[in-house]
Amino acid sequence: MLGRRRANAGADAPAIRVTGLEKVYKMGVERVRALDGVDLQINTGEFVAIMGASGSGKSTLMNMLGCLDRPSAGEYELAGIPTRKMSATRLAKVRNERIGFIFQTFELLPRASAIQNVMLPMIYSKKHLFGARGRAKAALRKVGLGDRMRHRPNQLSGGQRQRVAVARALVNDPAILLADEPTGNLDSQTTTEIIGLFTDLHNDGQTIVIVTHEEEVAGYAERIVRLRDGKVFSDMPTSEDPLHTAYLQSIASTAARRANAEAQGAPA
Amino acid sequence: MIVVRLLMQTVVLALGQIWANKVRSLLTTLGIVIGVAAVVATVAAIEGLRGFVLGEFETFGVNKMYLSGQVPRDKRGQVNWREVALTLDEIDAIVEHSPSVTAINPFWSAGGKVEYGEATIGSARVTGIFPAWHDIENRHVIEGRPFNSLDNEQRRYALLINEQTIEELNLPKNPVGEHVLLAGRRFQIVGVVETLDLSEMFGGGESRAEFFVPFQTAMVLNPQGMIGWAVGTISSPDVAEDARAEVDSIMRSLRGLDPEEEPTFQVEILQEHLDRFKTMSAGLIAGATGIVGISLLVGGIGIMNIMLVSVSERTREIGLRKAVGARPLVILIQFLTEAVVLCLMGGAVGIAIGQGIILLLKQIPDAPLEHANMPLWAIALAVGFCAVTGVVFGVFPAIKAARLDPIVALRHD
Ligand SMILES: Nc1ncnc2c1ncn2[C@@H]1O[C@H](COP(=O)(O)OP(=O)(O)OP(=O)(O)O)[C@@H](O)[C@H]1O
Ligand SMILES: [Mg+2]
Repeated sequence: MLGRRRANAGADAPAIRVTGLEKVYKMGVERVRALDGVDLQINTGEFVAIMGASGSGKSTLMNMLGCLDRPSAGEYELAGIPTRKMSATRLAKVRNERIGFIFQTFELLPRASAIQNVMLPMIYSKKHLFGARGRAKAALRKVGLGDRMRHRPNQLSGGQRQRVAVARALVNDPAILLADEPTGNLDSQTTTEIIGLFTDLHNDGQTIVIVTHEEEVAGYAERIVRLRDGKVFSDMPTSEDPLHTAYLQSIASTAARRANAEAQGAPA
Repeated sequence: MIVVRLLMQTVVLALGQIWANKVRSLLTTLGIVIGVAAVVATVAAIEGLRGFVLGEFETFGVNKMYLSGQVPRDKRGQVNWREVALTLDEIDAIVEHSPSVTAINPFWSAGGKVEYGEATIGSARVTGIFPAWHDIENRHVIEGRPFNSLDNEQRRYALLINEQTIEELNLPKNPVGEHVLLAGRRFQIVGVVETLDLSEMFGGGESRAEFFVPFQTAMVLNPQGMIGWAVGTISSPDVAEDARAEVDSIMRSLRGLDPEEEPTFQVEILQEHLDRFKTMSAGLIAGATGIVGISLLVGGIGIMNIMLVSVSERTREIGLRKAVGARPLVILIQFLTEAVVLCLMGGAVGIAIGQGIILLLKQIPDAPLEHANMPLWAIALAVGFCAVTGVVFGVFPAIKAARLDPIVALRHD
């Protein structure tokens, strides 16, 4: 039921197509080019990681993809439908029905229980007039929180909070799942759990785009897009990405060195 | 369906929000609470007083007119009462020439000692009346018969008493036919009239023994007397002003007074007092309503202030709601609902407190407030005013919330 791709959305069109995307922030007289002509295409069912230095424009790009913000120039087509001329109301509908967004800081309503938080998107949707609670329960079970439905955010661990946020993002069956540093606030153990969840969703066919700083996390994706100064500076499959392969080699050699050191040190 | 669900959810949300900030919400709505309570109590008190006064007027008969001689202010000391007293000719002229006046009964007061067996009343109130008096004052006999014109023409020693007299003179239960001594003369009781049930405020209260004799008989009893005053009826409440004008012009022409001259007589028409009273109470109610308007304005500014605080406190929440798909209109409705619910709760508390005040007012002994009840229209009006206040003062903060950019709102801290 959840995480299944939408068959109706523009049959052959890619899930995401971005052309010449620009975002300029005006700060007084100063202008910051957060995005400077980004071209990007992400196909249905892909699992893409966006990487780049701090300030390279990753969050800015994600906000555009999530229809949370509007570009200064360029076009963004979601499943073949241009979004540039959409009204605020129309964009809200798109966010509600087609996009699941996961934030680094979870953004749960503090006074609401887990299930109430997950039900939030359905309040604003015409689709799930009935059975909203059932869907929310199913989503929570899917992220492994079947036994924490009545807990409030402050009664949950960081990883559990992020799982609630994932359940909320999934509950309306989005065409794309966007996550901006979803593991940025989590320890490595929990990071592995959450990224495992993403992998499962991807295996079910969910289109996923995540922003991350960690090569380890990016390693779960099929493809890595790297930004630098608001431009796409590299875009290739994970296995071919030189930076990523270098990273893999470095951890392999560190592991080898450590094993070596241990082997040498042991007799002494 | 979706609208109903959304509305229900927003109301629940608003109540939750208000509950989460109990003290703040209470303080914010205090202006509205006090304003509504004060006005509700005031309106109820005025309505109560109105009901009471109208009831009294009803007992009196609103079509009544009172006529008497009057010494003009500028002629005090030069003219005495006897000179300005009404005459029977004047009474006849008015009945004949004033179309608005249907009947007049002049009073001739006599007085004296009344005796029956052992019982005496030292100085009884004895009044001479015409048969028309029964209809004019709406005081009909409950025993025996009323006066007729023969009683008057033949100056009979016939007597009408009220119920109180039976008690005071130790008369038999049905005293008709009994003889009593009035100023040394033997009068026969022909009938008993009801005692007027009026409050103290309107000259009622402790009821007294009353004696009525035919007008001509009273003149015989007290030849030095005069017509102290006369009571009449006008044909309908609408002709009150006409009646006054007619009587005024008839009396002026009979007494040779210029239209500008101070009259030597006085005309009182109850309806005019009633109209004045109605105008006054309507004015008071309008004033009270005005006060509620002002207090709601003041309260409304408080509401707006607190809603602005609420919007800025919950900017992140608004951002999140927008991020998951809340349309601007939905956010607007959410905050508007919260403001309206807040105002309505204030109004409800105010109405409850107002009712409490009314109950307390009713405890005051002798205050004519038994009828003090809050009219339904006042409750409806108060609720309506509160709702409108919520909308008017909630709309600006709500628009502010609805216009928030999702990503800007989410970054807010
Ligand atoms: N609201 C804003 N107003 C002005 N400048 C902004 C705004 N948001 C972002 N920027 C600027 O745009 C650039 C890109 O910011 P963005 O948040 O996209 O970076 P990022 O890649 O997500 O960085 P990080 O890894 O630190 O999250 C930065 O230089 C930032 O200072
Ligand atoms: Mg970022």
